[in-house]
Amino acid sequence: MSAVDTVVHLVYLACATSFVLGLHLMNAPATARRGNRISAAGMAVAIATTAVVLARDGSARSDAVAALVAGAGAGAVAGLIAARRVRMTAMPQLVSLFNAVGGGAAALIALGEPAGGTRAAVTGVLDVLIGAVTFSGSLVASGKLAGRIPGGPIVVPVGRAITALTGVAAVALAVLVVGFDAPSAALYGIAGCALAAGVLLTLPIGGADMPVVISLLNACTGTAVAMAGFVLESTPLIIAGGLVGAAGAILTKLMADAMNRSIGSIIAGGYGTSDAVAVTTGAGSAPVREITADDAAIQLAYASRVVIVPGYGLAAAQAQHEAVALAEALTERGVDVSYAIHPVAGRMPGHMNVLLAEANAPYEQLRDLDESNPEFARTDVALVVGANDVTNPAARRPGNPVSGMPILDVDKAHSVIVLKRSLGHGYAGIDNELYTTPQTAMLFGDAKASLTALLDAVHVYAEGRS
Amino acid sequence: MSPLLMADLTVFVLALLVGFEVISKVPATLHTPLMSGANAIHGVVVVGVMLLAADVVTTGGYALLFVAAFGAAMNVAGGYAVTDRMLAMFRSRP
Repeated sequence: MSAVDTVVHLVYLACATSFVLGLHLMNAPATARRGNRISAAGMAVAIATTAVVLARDGSARSDAVAALVAGAGAGAVAGLIAARRVRMTAMPQLVSLFNAVGGGAAALIALGEPAGGTRAAVTGVLDVLIGAVTFSGSLVASGKLAGRIPGGPIVVPVGRAITALTGVAAVALAVLVVGFDAPSAALYGIAGCALAAGVLLTLPIGGADMPVVISLLNACTGTAVAMAGFVLESTPLIIAGGLVGAAGAILTKLMADAMNRSIGSIIAGGYGTSDAVAVTTGAGSAPVREITADDAAIQLAYASRVVIVPGYGLAAAQAQHEAVALAEALTERGVDVSYAIHPVAGRMPGHMNVLLAEANAPYEQLRDLDESNPEFARTDVALVVGANDVTNPAARRPGNPVSGMPILDVDKAHSVIVLKRSLGHGYAGIDNELYTTPQTAMLFGDAKASLTALLDAVHVYAEGRS
Repeated sequence: MSPLLMADLTVFVLALLVGFEVISKVPATLHTPLMSGANAIHGVVVVGVMLLAADVVTTGGYALLFVAAFGAAMNVAGGYAVTDRMLAMFRSRP
């Protein structure tokens, strides 16, 4: 190993260390930004080092360098513009899009690298397979999250049969490539099968399962990048790919647990489209109590402790600013306000925290599931904004679709006000028993409009009294 | 199995274990920036694309290189930028 090679290896090792350190610093809000910057600095050094290696090596043709620079320049500009312009509510689809192009690039590496030996063949096949599935799967997921593709489960006729066929074809081609030195065209065949499989696997998955799906796709991209690292014998790719693969796997597990779903059943897809018998939970058609915005506002203004429970409905209505404005108005009146955030509130892991952070909700008011639940018993008013299944007390009983799901113990609060568009079902497709308990009152309407009405009423009330 | 492959495999498995260890300590509050930041880290694929540039010699290869470079650079630049933007919101509070 020449002196230069040694230095290059050591620099790469330092870069890999900066990735680990960066992820480590993500464990607290105070250090997270520094962590991300350390990680970015490591990345910049890795890229610069590789540029030096390429220049010294000199074997790259000028056309190749031109294609590389043009592509990277255009891609970086596109990425930066998208990163700057994206609204926080649109974050999941952007992350998914970045995931897609990263996975696609990893797959292209194996397609472009000339074949050599069994090792390159095996890892190359895996790279193409995983990378291409992630690319098309993430694009579909991104389209669903952005609303360009209908969010509900889309069942393709004989879709599963076709998916199975593409799988078999991909495996057959893989055997040809690895065992019989098939021409590299076979790799393109594998890529084609994998692209089709990615689309067919993601289409039937419903919108509510997206937090799990994008975590899983993130893990897949990490693995694909690691495989590209094997193909190129490049350690930084292997290490970074492994780290991301682990991150995605952990988030996938956490999200699936929080939704009370197995990862297998989510990938199988079509929640709510199966022919399961309608489940009665005992609540039946018991009447619900409605409340006006004025009455609700008075209740909130008189409370000493209020817990706001934001859910998917708040994210969908982009009502985070209104929710925080209401919380601020109540805090000004001396009410102790906090937010109880379920792990799957929003459309990707931790999404609700980002939305509330964007609206400047104080960090110390954001509580997770375990921190919130003991608090409900001493809460005067729990204000549920567009959350459904995660508040259903039926989860404590066996024998229904939400059984065993970790829920927020909203029903233990002295009184509950639910802001909701209608009495429609959540994704589990069952009645929410919370709505028919005596202490619960419903305020029907769009989350944004209802929160604005509440805020106005709190202001009017405050002025009227002073 | 070559010694080089063994070494690479070892590194890969250890990276997975380090990843599990480090990431399981991240609080739920930061899961979105974590995912977005991890997403940016796999943008290291841009290094792979650069290495690939030394090996392509055909017009088709150049086209493939261009597309791969576009995707990888978008991933890495956009990923870090958007993560930084999100984390700035978490820190800006008193």
